Amino acid sequence: MKVHKHEAIIVGAGGAGLMAALYASKAGADVAVVSKLYPTRSHTGAAQGGIGAALGNLDEDKPIYHTYDTVKGGDYLTDQAAAKILAENAVDAVIELEHMGLPFDRTSEKRISQRRFGGHTRNFGEELVRRACHAADRTGHMILQTLYQQCIKNEVHFFDEFQVVDMIVVDGAVAGVIAIELGTGEFHIFHGKASFFASGGWGRCWSVTSNAHALTGDGAAIALRRGVPLEDMEFFQFHPTGIYRMGILITEGVRGEGGVLINSVGERFMERYAPSAKDLASRDVVSRAIYLETREGRSIKNRGYVHLDIRPGTVNRYFAEEGRDRNDFIDDATVERKLPDILDFCRTYLGVDPVKEPMPVQPTAHYAMGGIPTNVDAEVVVDASGTVMPGLYAAGETACVSVHGANRLGTNSLVDLVVFGRRGGMRMAEFVKGADWKALPADPEGEIRAEFDRIRNSTGKSRSGELRAKMQETMMENIGVFRTQETMQRGIDDLAELRERFYTDIQIDDKTRIFNTDLMEAWELGALLDLADVTARTAIERKESRGAHSREDFKERDDENWLAHSLISHDGALAEPSYTVSFDKPVDLSLWEEEIAQGVPEDKQQFRPKARVY
Amino acid sequence: MDVTFKIRRQNPEVPGQEKPYWQEFVLSDVDPADRVLEMLHRIKWEQDGSLSLRRSCAHGVCGSDAMRINGVNRLACKMLIQDVGERVQIEPILGLPVIKDLIVDMEPFFDHYKRVMPFFVNEDPVPEDGRERLQTQEDRELFDDSTKCILCACCTTSCPSFWANGHYVGPAAIVGAHRFIFDTRDQAGKERLDVLSEPDGVWRCRTIFNCTPACPRDIEVTRAIGEVKLAIRKGRTDGIIRPNEVQ
Repeated sequence: MKVHKHEAIIVGAGGAGLMAALYASKAGADVAVVSKLYPTRSHTGAAQGGIGAALGNLDEDKPIYHTYDTVKGGDYLTDQAAAKILAENAVDAVIELEHMGLPFDRTSEKRISQRRFGGHTRNFGEELVRRACHAADRTGHMILQTLYQQCIKNEVHFFDEFQVVDMIVVDGAVAGVIAIELGTGEFHIFHGKASFFASGGWGRCWSVTSNAHALTGDGAAIALRRGVPLEDMEFFQFHPTGIYRMGILITEGVRGEGGVLINSVGERFMERYAPSAKDLASRDVVSRAIYLETREGRSIKNRGYVHLDIRPGTVNRYFAEEGRDRNDFIDDATVERKLPDILDFCRTYLGVDPVKEPMPVQPTAHYAMGGIPTNVDAEVVVDASGTVMPGLYAAGETACVSVHGANRLGTNSLVDLVVFGRRGGMRMAEFVKGADWKALPADPEGEIRAEFDRIRNSTGKSRSGELRAKMQETMMENIGVFRTQETMQRGIDDLAELRERFYTDIQIDDKTRIFNTDLMEAWELGALLDLADVTARTAIERKESRGAHSREDFKERDDENWLAHSLISHDGALAEPSYTVSFDKPVDLSLWEEEIAQGVPEDKQQFRPKARVY
Repeated sequence: MDVTFKIRRQNPEVPGQEKPYWQEFVLSDVDPADRVLEMLHRIKWEQDGSLSLRRSCAHGVCGSDAMRINGVNRLACKMLIQDVGERVQIEPILGLPVIKDLIVDMEPFFDHYKRVMPFFVNEDPVPEDGRERLQTQEDRELFDDSTKCILCACCTTSCPSFWANGHYVGPAAIVGAHRFIFDTRDQAGKERLDVLSEPDGVWRCRTIFNCTPACPRDIEVTRAIGEVKLAIRKGRTDGIIRPNEVQ
């Protein structure tokens, strides 16, 4: 058994992990980054449209407007003080990324260029604002590359293609993680004073998703199994514009540049659902609208998709109707320059040239608002009153601060990972200076080794590929954009059956050690099943509609009874877990409370939870 | 339609499979618009779980699934069946040691990348107003193409000069250097050009052009290499040399 000793162990090498690694190592901590992928393969690199920050380079803007949009976008489940930190720190973080060399596009004033994005407005919803700082339509790629490059410069220690499969808990504190070196199949112990999960989301629970195959929620599942409750798991975002059937993301930046959604009768239907923001309403609103259009027989060819139209002729016609400045009008070259990857995806996968034809799009499973609960310094908290679990940190999609509430705004995922990756990295560096090493328990990898042996030696008849596909179908069908008690119960029942087959009837073909992807995929399916389960079980308990959780049997938001975060915990039994769900964790409403304390009249209170209108 | 996949396989742990061999798989109900990667998944998930490959994003942005498809380097997730026909031959990329099936040892590739100082260097104090460094969009465009690189290794492992000499830094590393050499904000261009002037640097390139069509991001790789060669010959010491000035 190989044991590696580093003060700070970071799990995952996407934006949050690399940001934490950079800031923790700059602060003097001995850092190791453990990642199942080479860092540049991480899914941060798939983020397209931009990173929101109130730089005000093109329109007047302030962090408080970004805070307001984030809180409103989250359907008031967002923790308000955290949203304020997000918006304020975003400005510094984006400037720091530029100082690290990130090649943002530029304005005519040589400053970072910004574009419109869904739900981002000026002056508390008055009008859409250009806030998303962008590098063509590959902003996430540039962030990932820049951070990896800076980690090379700072000689950060990487363990690439080491997959973390368990966490070592000693007396309620975390003493490290256990990983499998994919190239050899050997277990390694990473003994640390602090462990930091930046391991991404679990979009692979659903069949139509923008997420990479690697996004199997390993970190969240490990934390859950080791006693950390997960927060707000019922809120999973469906991005309105995935490529039809494939789910590949088409950035909201397309609509930010003027693109419009059109139904089968040629109508720009978002005008009906969101008279002011129209196609740039928040994602939950737009995804539901596409489903409703489909239900009323107005999807294209009745196949459940609509058209996203960025043809200059269409865009300029609507710009003219809206009385926009002629300088804003676009031509083919603008589209080619600003959205090159989108054009490439459509030409490659659909044979559709978006400059000449509209793109077929449908909602695609995209982003987990919930996850491992943390405070604003990325310290993991394990109960409703915010008790910190010593030595455990989380940031990025796998974490829930919560800044996204019930629905994340576009660009805020990148903001989240740079802001809280950075804050967490710095806090962790401080922590390891003062903390003692916890002695490792005897045989720390015994339990997880037994689970891998079970899978490797199983002789059942169920292939993991088949079980995974069935899980993804039932999640798409029953715990998707719209939900009812009945569909969710059906989902829970299906998941129970799949779980039973996974634990009693699995088989794998590959019995070897080196790069046994058959074995790793089967183990990942176990993680996905846990996350699907906790999603369904919290969703069925929340008897209201809020943000991305939209119930047809409880259509309204109910602040009186449900303005609270959910927490779900797992008793650690893999095959037959029992879960506990609570709704005791209050939402932080401190900005609203400040307004009340300042005597702001009710109709002028910006942060008071109210009906969302876009 | 039915499609036959002929796949180059190798598994050092299984007696009889230590040396490379070919294995055929037939898939039915294949749609011409299906991705090659999805079909490899179908083989793995329906027929033989031991088939080993790397993959992640499945839409050409993460760079995991570079392989030789019908003799040319491609990302399996960016090739559709209609692009490759009913008989598809798949091998690992060339020039890096094969570990298992389609998985090669990427360490030499990343080591070469790290040699060219692939990171932004600017030791000047940040602007006094605490804001971004300034750059015109025209200057930003000078290195736009090379910022698209996803380090998939399609270019480097299509290069006969790299096949002949694995110490050659290879096209991807040069593209990585180009991205900074032509960035007006960067200050370490000279050091990078020094590295690339060494015997295993840019002069190993014989302008064979295999790299450019191999790039799944449509980077003009050979052009980027040419610009770096010209910058060395011109003797860049300070300030930006624009690609149009070195020609």
